[in-house]
Amino acid sequence: MTEKSNSENKERVGVYVCHCGTNISKVVDVEEVARWAGEQPNVEVARDYKFMCSSLGQELIEQDIKEKGLTRVVCASCSPHMHEKTFRTACERAGLNPFLFEMTNIREHDSWITDDKVAATAKAKSLVRGSIDRVIHHEPLEQIPVEINPNTLVVGGGIAGITSALELADAGYHVYLVEREPSIGGHMAQLDKTFPTLDCSACILTPKMVDVAQHDNITLLTWSEVEKVDGYLGNFSVTVRKKARYVNEEHCTGCGICIEKCPFKEVDEVFEAGMGTRKVIYRPFPQAVPKYPVIDKENCVYFKTGKCKACEKFCPTEPNSIEFDQEDEILQIDVGNIILATGYDLFDSKRIPQYGYGKLDNVFTGLEFERMVNAAGPTDGKIVLRDKESTPKSVGIVHCVGSRDENYHKYCSKVCCMYSLKFAHLVHERIPDAEIYDFYIDMRTPGKGYEEFYNRLLEEGTHFIRGKVAEVTDAARIPEEEGKLIIQVEDTLIGKQRRIPVDMVILSSAMEARAGSKEVSQLFKMGCDFDGFFTERHPKLDPVATMTDGILIAGACQGPKDVPESVSQGAAAAARVAGLISRGTVMMEPVRASIDQEACSGCKICNNMCPFNAIIFHEDRKVSEVITALCQGCGTCVAACPSGVITGAHFTNDQLFAQIEGVLWDMSAEKASA
Amino acid sequence: MSETYEPVIVGFLCNWCSYRAADLAGTARIKYAPNMRAIRVMCSGRVDPQFVMKALREGADGVMIAGCHPGECHYVNGNIKAMRRFYLLRKMLTQLGVEEERVQLIWASASEGILLAEKVDQMTEALRALGPLNWDEKVVNRSNGYKAAEVAPVLEEA
Repeated sequence: MTEKSNSENKERVGVYVCHCGTNISKVVDVEEVARWAGEQPNVEVARDYKFMCSSLGQELIEQDIKEKGLTRVVCASCSPHMHEKTFRTACERAGLNPFLFEMTNIREHDSWITDDKVAATAKAKSLVRGSIDRVIHHEPLEQIPVEINPNTLVVGGGIAGITSALELADAGYHVYLVEREPSIGGHMAQLDKTFPTLDCSACILTPKMVDVAQHDNITLLTWSEVEKVDGYLGNFSVTVRKKARYVNEEHCTGCGICIEKCPFKEVDEVFEAGMGTRKVIYRPFPQAVPKYPVIDKENCVYFKTGKCKACEKFCPTEPNSIEFDQEDEILQIDVGNIILATGYDLFDSKRIPQYGYGKLDNVFTGLEFERMVNAAGPTDGKIVLRDKESTPKSVGIVHCVGSRDENYHKYCSKVCCMYSLKFAHLVHERIPDAEIYDFYIDMRTPGKGYEEFYNRLLEEGTHFIRGKVAEVTDAARIPEEEGKLIIQVEDTLIGKQRRIPVDMVILSSAMEARAGSKEVSQLFKMGCDFDGFFTERHPKLDPVATMTDGILIAGACQGPKDVPESVSQGAAAAARVAGLISRGTVMMEPVRASIDQEACSGCKICNNMCPFNAIIFHEDRKVSEVITALCQGCGTCVAACPSGVITGAHFTNDQLFAQIEGVLWDMSAEKASA
Repeated sequence: MSETYEPVIVGFLCNWCSYRAADLAGTARIKYAPNMRAIRVMCSGRVDPQFVMKALREGADGVMIAGCHPGECHYVNGNIKAMRRFYLLRKMLTQLGVEEERVQLIWASASEGILLAEKVDQMTEALRALGPLNWDEKVVNRSNGYKAAEVAPVLEEA
């Protein structure tokens, strides 16, 4: 045993070095690290063990705490993100404050990144020494209890958001459902049939929409957008802008006479995907929830010229429901949790010019076709060419438009194979003698009943051609191609270039993240990936939580998803929230900053550092103070304080300086011996 | 110094992005130089310039500060504050004779294990080429500049 220095506050540290089976011990000489650790200052006991996280491993720690009177514990094993909680709990069971524990990552950061045993062992020692030196300076901390406001905000009224809202409302909790369009329903409301069962989308969705509207526990805020989010898990304060509808929701009965009488039409780019028109005062679709119409101010003739007011003239309600002087309302909502279900955008097929969308009339996007086959859509469900008359005799369906493509999105958009098959089926059904060509790279149909649906289409006589479409053109080379759209493709199954003339082309465009998803992620202070999809806490084990406590995600805003998956996520997020609400309070990490009021010079530098406005300045005493409940513990103010009087609990200067010295123990030894 | 010089880097990794990037690099079994000794901080904004000075003085050949990409900070903009400090600090260190390559600020999101590994490899290579820092010789006892001598006591205190 070496002489123990640092005697001014003598602590008894237990060091535990994990083999992790052979994950660590294959590269790091764990026995040597443990033996060496036993010689380090303040170390009372050092052991190595096959699996520290096993119950036997944990008992080892608990026993030593009790029998050897350990006051500090260091465990050198995996990432703290993996097992810090496990070991903290073990310490707590043995009566040691869990924050007197420190974890050393010698697996992810060491044994898994190198095959060099000598270097890995040396690195492990340095990291362990850093932890030993750090843990000496740890202080016992208590977790902070936070009360959970039982109200929840759900952002996005598509099927995922609707599911979340209904689950929570049915559980007895109040929900604010915010939707930026005039009606809830989302993309699902635009669909005709849903694969693979071919249920009518509206038939299964609209009852749920009505439930939302009628539920006592749901406050529905459509035509509204979240503008600001303050606070933290349990206590968010959200600012919502309720845009002016110019229709009084109290008086309006939703009779629709105003819509009928409005003399002006606009192309509906949102709900009808540009395929149909709507009036200037409109509801997106007949079953819209809520039923109140909205005036499209930009195109309303009254707003532009001061004349018309047809809607007001014919409104039968008393008092009149049309209110041209209505203004946006700013609402302040307090909630405990937020579920984001903001959905997706469809890839803009114009970005691939060789597919001709926008230039060649009879190239349609998936959503356009979806509206076309919808019985309530602009063509009453008839499949027709752009002239709205002729029936196509041959149809080409192109998969992977914008997805699985280095130039656009690398990811697989997941739902396109299935919806392409659905389209093929619908064409077969409506135009029995039509020839259908389906161009795919790989047919991806995992899911209950999905592969069976594919087999059904094979039997229905769709021509499946394996190959990525190179071009859609109207430049005919032979008489048979005249007046047709020609799909140029390499058929990889026969190894030949083919040109297939068709009347209509449907592009199965990819799902992509909403255009403003980066801004939304910043608004809610959570992350999104490079594609713009929101980042889950764990891709497998925690798909609906985010890195920010109290913010959950559901549906296609997290990645391409079909209806059943979106519903599952919506319900999962709701269950997570319901669990938190029923607990009432949660314990938060005590990693918080505090200012020594006696020593603060009142320079106010920290005031501007805090991104959460958690630092207030007392004008009377000329000192700053951290509001613990608002502080998130980043430590930016700690690093900025010129007087060094802000303490960041569990990340104090003392602790970090000690750790720096510790991880460089060999360097200073080298220097001393030099 | 022995002839097989291996530079030592102290890495200050933020809890949310870069530390997880390093975790991911390990989980994905990406092999890279084991020369960085990581210290976890909640946010790159927590990295006090004194930490960097301390590490260099204690014998590190280089310091890497790693945070979330701008706009992706878990704490909104702590990384931007880290960046502001970083450029000032590096300028000061350069004036003291510490080569620019020795102090680096990188962004690595939790999904960028490969990127983090590459940056560590690159930095290790760069430091190998530079050789040991020798803080005392270079900075504290520097004979050709009175400025260094003046700041030396301050540095000693850090």
